[in-house]
Amino acid sequence: MKYTILVYESELDFRARTDAARKDAYWGAYRAYTQALMDAGVMVGGAGLQPPPSATTVRQRDGKRLVQDGPYAEVKEQVGGFYVVDVPNLDQALEWAAKCPAAASAGVEVRPNLTM
Amino acid sequence: MSHAAAELAARASYGKLVAYLSAWSRDVAAAEDALGDAFLEALDTWSRTGIPDKPEAWLLTVARRRLIDSARHAKVEETAAASLRVVLERAEHEASANAVFPDTRLALLFVCAHPAIDEAARTPLMLQTVLGLDAARIAQAFLVAPATIGQRLVRVKAKIRDAGIHFEVPGAHELPARLASVLEAIYAAYGSGWEDVTGADPRRQGLTEEAIWLGRLVTRLLPGEPEAKGLLALMLHCEARRAARRDADGAYVPLHRQDVTLWSRAMIDEAETTLSAAAASTRPGRFQLEAAVQSVHARRAVTDHTDWEAIALLYEGLLRLAPTIGARVGHAAALGEARGPESGLSVLGAILSEDVASYQPYWALRGHLLKRLGRMPEAREALERAITLSQDPAVRDFLREGFDSASESA
Repeated sequence: MKYTILVYESELDFRARTDAARKDAYWGAYRAYTQALMDAGVMVGGAGLQPPPSATTVRQRDGKRLVQDGPYAEVKEQVGGFYVVDVPNLDQALEWAAKCPAAASAGVEVRPNLTM
Repeated sequence: MSHAAAELAARASYGKLVAYLSAWSRDVAAAEDALGDAFLEALDTWSRTGIPDKPEAWLLTVARRRLIDSARHAKVEETAAASLRVVLERAEHEASANAVFPDTRLALLFVCAHPAIDEAARTPLMLQTVLGLDAARIAQAFLVAPATIGQRLVRVKAKIRDAGIHFEVPGAHELPARLASVLEAIYAAYGSGWEDVTGADPRRQGLTEEAIWLGRLVTRLLPGEPEAKGLLALMLHCEARRAARRDADGAYVPLHRQDVTLWSRAMIDEAETTLSAAAASTRPGRFQLEAAVQSVHARRAVTDHTDWEAIALLYEGLLRLAPTIGARVGHAAALGEARGPESGLSVLGAILSEDVASYQPYWALRGHLLKRLGRMPEAREALERAITLSQDPAVRDFLREGFDSASESA
């Protein structure tokens, strides 16, 4: 079964990406995590995303396009990236999700992918 | 043969069949629907022809056919339907070949109490899938509308199917935490029936027995787990006092005033044997300690007195393991009896008031202890609060008497 692990990050987490004192630890943790997923043969895909200020939200209403600066929802934690893994069941997906660096700071959400 | 006998024979297999069918199809709702159809057919056929030699195999054959039909209707991918067919054929073969049908109910219990399942839905889900209770019956026991429970159950079954929750008993490193939530869910079923001690409310009768049945099932399936035995012992101790909890007029009788000759000797003996077997593993836990508290109370039947110091000590152990409000109030009650009301009150005083705003036992105990100290206005205030928070009219009457006597002596 394929599951998507949605990586949620706080502003502090996003800042760690470029903060001189914290960036090595931040990227090191994600590199190690991604490598572990690949070594286990469960990694299907994924991407890291630029921080929320880079987001643009689009809505189509009555034939008009409404374009707005910023993420879809104004919440403290925003999606910072995602992984798609292929594992036999939810428990194993949760096992991998728990090892994601974001699980220890903001949180990760696990959702089964639709089969199409 | 009678319809009722056919129904009884069919019910005995329910949980095992649901567990088996849903483990393979990964779809609890579909397994239940298929089995429901099979039961209807069984009631009709068996009341005419008698119970077949292997009723479980009979039910499985019919349910299997229904499950495959519905998978076809739901346009499940052809490969999935085909593998389901193979798996179910093998299951059916096993069921007819072996006298002992493989019991996967334990895996189903772990699915029901999975951390990914909404906590409020775990007990109802267990009662429905393992015991076959209908939503109306479960709703009555938990005092909610049947439609609410029905929707909640539909939602969690969809989650089990869509999220791909694993139908397996967790491995050793996960077992203690996962077992704790299975036991919690069973205890919640017991608690829902326990409130109605007189059986005055026929809608709530019997859930205590269902919970004890589940408790026995877990101890049988996981004989090496002392906490499962602890829970069973705890429920048996409480159940043993059923007849003594109300007097002939239906008035509430507090534990220390209960007529011990009304306690069930057989249940107390079973509770004690179960608890000793648990203690032999030297892995104490929350339920074992709670059962041990009840075991001290039960000894009053023999010694004619209650060792409150021993109970206070057990609560101290309990507080180290699980510092719940219930355990803190229990500890205060034991100290109040062992060393005087001031000791009890000082423990109560350390609890944050927002944690006990709607916790009835706190206010009942506080009122009782203040009364013993002669602090009547405060005692009345606490008892008033306890009365408001009591759902059981007999308990309300009992507290009202305490309130009135606190007024007279003031």
